[in-house]
Amino acid sequence: MDLKNYKIPPRVFDEMLTDKNRARPGLTALVNYLRKMKDADMTERSRKAEMAIRTMGITFTVYSEGENIDREWPFDIIPRAIHESEWRTIEKGLRQRLTALNLFITDIYNDEKIIKDKVVPRDLLRSSKDFRPECRGMNPLFNTWAHVCGSDLVRGSDGTMYVLEDNLRVPSGVSYMLENRNISKQILPELFERHDILPVDDYPTQLFDTLSSISPRPLDYPEVVVLTPGIYNSAYFEHSYLAQRMGAELVEGSDLVVAEDDCVYMKTVEGLSRVDVIYRRIDDLFLDPEVFNKDSTLGVPGLMRAWKKGNVALANAPGAGVADDKVVYTYVPDMIRYYLNEDPILPNVPSYMCSEPLHQKHVLQNLESLVVKPANESGGYGMYIGPRESKRRTAEMKRLIKANPRNYIAQPIIDLSTVPTYCDGAIEARHVDLRPFILSGSKSYITAGGLTRVALVRGSLVVNSSQGGGSKDTWILATPEQK
Amino acid sequence: MLSRVAEKMYWFGRYVERAENTARIINVNTNLIMDLPRVKHIWSSLIEITGCEQEFQNRFTVVDERNVIKFLLLDDFHSIKSAVSNARENARTSREIMPTEAWEGINELHLYIKNNGEQGLKRTGRHEFLSEVLSQCHQLTGLLAGSMSDDVAYNFIKLGRHLERADMTTRITDVGCLNLLDTTRIELQDYDNILWMNVLRSLNAYQMYRQNVQDRVNGEDVVDFLLKNRKFPRAVAHCLSEAQVCCDALPNEDQTLRSITHAIRTVDTDVIRLLTEHKLHNFIDDIQLDLADIHNTIAASWFSYKINEDVLDTAN
Repeated sequence: MDLKNYKIPPRVFDEMLTDKNRARPGLTALVNYLRKMKDADMTERSRKAEMAIRTMGITFTVYSEGENIDREWPFDIIPRAIHESEWRTIEKGLRQRLTALNLFITDIYNDEKIIKDKVVPRDLLRSSKDFRPECRGMNPLFNTWAHVCGSDLVRGSDGTMYVLEDNLRVPSGVSYMLENRNISKQILPELFERHDILPVDDYPTQLFDTLSSISPRPLDYPEVVVLTPGIYNSAYFEHSYLAQRMGAELVEGSDLVVAEDDCVYMKTVEGLSRVDVIYRRIDDLFLDPEVFNKDSTLGVPGLMRAWKKGNVALANAPGAGVADDKVVYTYVPDMIRYYLNEDPILPNVPSYMCSEPLHQKHVLQNLESLVVKPANESGGYGMYIGPRESKRRTAEMKRLIKANPRNYIAQPIIDLSTVPTYCDGAIEARHVDLRPFILSGSKSYITAGGLTRVALVRGSLVVNSSQGGGSKDTWILATPEQK
Repeated sequence: MLSRVAEKMYWFGRYVERAENTARIINVNTNLIMDLPRVKHIWSSLIEITGCEQEFQNRFTVVDERNVIKFLLLDDFHSIKSAVSNARENARTSREIMPTEAWEGINELHLYIKNNGEQGLKRTGRHEFLSEVLSQCHQLTGLLAGSMSDDVAYNFIKLGRHLERADMTTRITDVGCLNLLDTTRIELQDYDNILWMNVLRSLNAYQMYRQNVQDRVNGEDVVDFLLKNRKFPRAVAHCLSEAQVCCDALPNEDQTLRSITHAIRTVDTDVIRLLTEHKLHNFIDDIQLDLADIHNTIAASWFSYKINEDVLDTAN
C-alpha cells in the first residue's frame, strides 16, 4: 500500500506516522508491513474480515426509521498500537481515578466530607440527574460502587492522553474489543509472530471473578446472572456474549422475583433458585418499579429492598452514575487530590462549567470554537461542535445554556489523534479514541488496551457506532519490535 | 434452565413442526386436486384442519384455492410464514442456547419465505417452493439431532415438536375422515381409495402404512395406523411415548407424565368398532382435549410460577 500520499490533518497527532511519513519509534515493522502489502491483498483481507464478522454474527442494534436494525459491526483491519511503557502509566492513572471515584461515591452517600470541606459544591449533587437519595447510608462490599467502568481517553495534538469521560453506569463495548482481537488474529496472523502483543481475552474470566468477589454469600460458586433489558436493546449482543463467556444465566427482569425473605430468585424449570450477584445492564431508573420508574417492566419489584438488605449484589451499584455526570467530571482531579493526596496522573480535558458565571461568559463568547455537551447524555447525543454548526443552531445553543446552565459543560475542541485506516482502496488518517475497561472488586483489573473507536467519515470527530463510527483492534506492544 | 428460555425452546419446537406440517398438507392437496377436479370442498377442509375458520371468514368471503393458499402460506394466523417467523423470534431471543447453525438455519428459512412466498401462491411455482420449505425444516431438525446435547433445552424442543405433531395428526385424521364418512358428500364415495391415500400422504405415512398393513387401503386400518401405531413417527401413540421419554429427562416431570399417560390410555381405546362418523369425531375430540391438557400441565410445571411457601422450601 502506498503511504506517500498519507495526509495527517493540521495540528493533529498521528499515532503511527510522523509528519514526515516515517514510522513512529517501535512501529517500523508494522508500517513496513503495510507498505509492502499489495493493494489487492489489502482488499482481500478487508473482505475476509467482513465475512468473519458476518458469520460470527457480531452485530449492534440501531434504532432507525421506526424499527430496530441489527447491523454488522464496522471494523477496520489496521490495528492501533500503544507501547507498554506508556500503557503502564495510563493504567496507573486509571486505577488512581477509579479509586478516587469509588471513594467519592461512598462519601457523598454517607458522610459528605468532600462537600463539608467545600471541595465540591452541594448544589452539584442536588441537580445531578443520577444522584439517588435512596442510596444514602449504603456501603457496598469493598466500598466499590463502580465495578465495571469504561473511561474514554483521547490523545491531543501534543500527544497527551486526556480522560474525556468516565462511564460508570452501564458501559458497553468490551465484547467488541474481544471480537476485534479474534478477527485480527484470523486476518493478520503473521503480524502476531513479529510483535509481542498483550492478550485481552481473559476479560470474561476477570469479570466473573470480580462479580463473584462481591457475592453476599461466601460460596465457591455464587450464582451470577446478567440482567438485560432484552433483545431490543442496542447492546443485547454484548449481554448475551458476556453471559455465555462467563457461563452465567442471561436473565430479563421477568425471570427474577424478590420473595418474602427479601432474597432474589430466578425462575427455572427446577423451581426458584437463589441469585447472589446481578451484573445489571439496565439503568437505575428501570431497576425496581417499587422505587423508581413505576411503569418499568424491565426491572424487578423489590430489587432495591433486597440490595439494601445486603441479600444480593448489584454491579454497578445503583447511584454509581452520580460520578458519571459531565459536571461532576470536572471535579475528578480535585477528588484525587482530596481523597488520595496525590496528583492526577491522567489529565482531564479542560472544561468550562456553564453554571459558573465567568465560565459561562467565556463559553457564550467563544461558542463557535467549543464543544458543548449536555451533562447527562451518552452515545454522543445532543452534542454541539462549534465550528461545524449553523448560525441557527448556535443561537439555539446560547438560549439553551442560558436557560439551564447546570445542564451543560463546554470544552475546547480536542483534535483527536489519527491512525491509518483503510478506506475505499486507500489508507487515510481517521480520528480515534480509546475506551479501556476497569474492573473493581476484591482487586482491580484493567484491560490491556481497550476498544478503539474510529470515525470512519473523513474529518469527523464522532466515533460512536450509532453515528458512523467503526472500530480497530488495539495493541499494547510489550517489546518495541523484533530485530 | 430459566423458565422463560425453556418456554421459548418448547415453542420453537412446535412452530418448526407446524411449518413443516402445513407445507406438507398444502403440497399433498394441491396434487390431489389435479386428480379430483370436480371436488371443490377440499380447500375448505384445509381451513378446518387449522381450526381457523373464523379468522379465514373475517379475511375472505370466498373459499377457493387462491384464498385458502394465501391464508395458509402468508397470512398472520396459521400460515407457514407466521409459524416460521414465530420460530425465528423464539430462537433469536435464546441464541446462546442453540447451536449457532440452528439460528442461521431458521433465519435463512425465514428469509426464503419472505423473498419467495409469492411464488407459492400459483400452482406453477408451488411445488418447488414447498419442497424447499420442507427440506429446510428437515435440515433444521436433523441439525439439532446431530449437534445439540440431549439436555434440558433439547428435550423441551422435542416435547414441543411431538405435541404439535400429535395434534396435527389428530386434526388431519379428523377432517379426512369426516369428508369420507359424510354420506351427504356422495360424490366422494367413488374416490374413497384415493382420498384415504391422500390422508396418509398428508402425514407422509403412505409408504410406511403399506409396509405395515398388507390389506388394500381402507378407513379402519388408516385410522388405526395413524392414531395407534407405536412405531410410525407421526402416529399419535408414537408421539406420546416420545414425549414421555422427554419428560423423563426433565425435573418436576410428575404432573406432565401423568397427563401423557392419561392420553396414551385414551388413544388405546379400541377404535375400529368406533368407526362411524359421529363416534370417531367424538373420539378424536377426546384425544385433543388430552393434548390440550398436556400442554397446560407443561406450562404450569415449567413455565409459570406462583410463589408460595412450598416452592421456596425446595429452593432453599
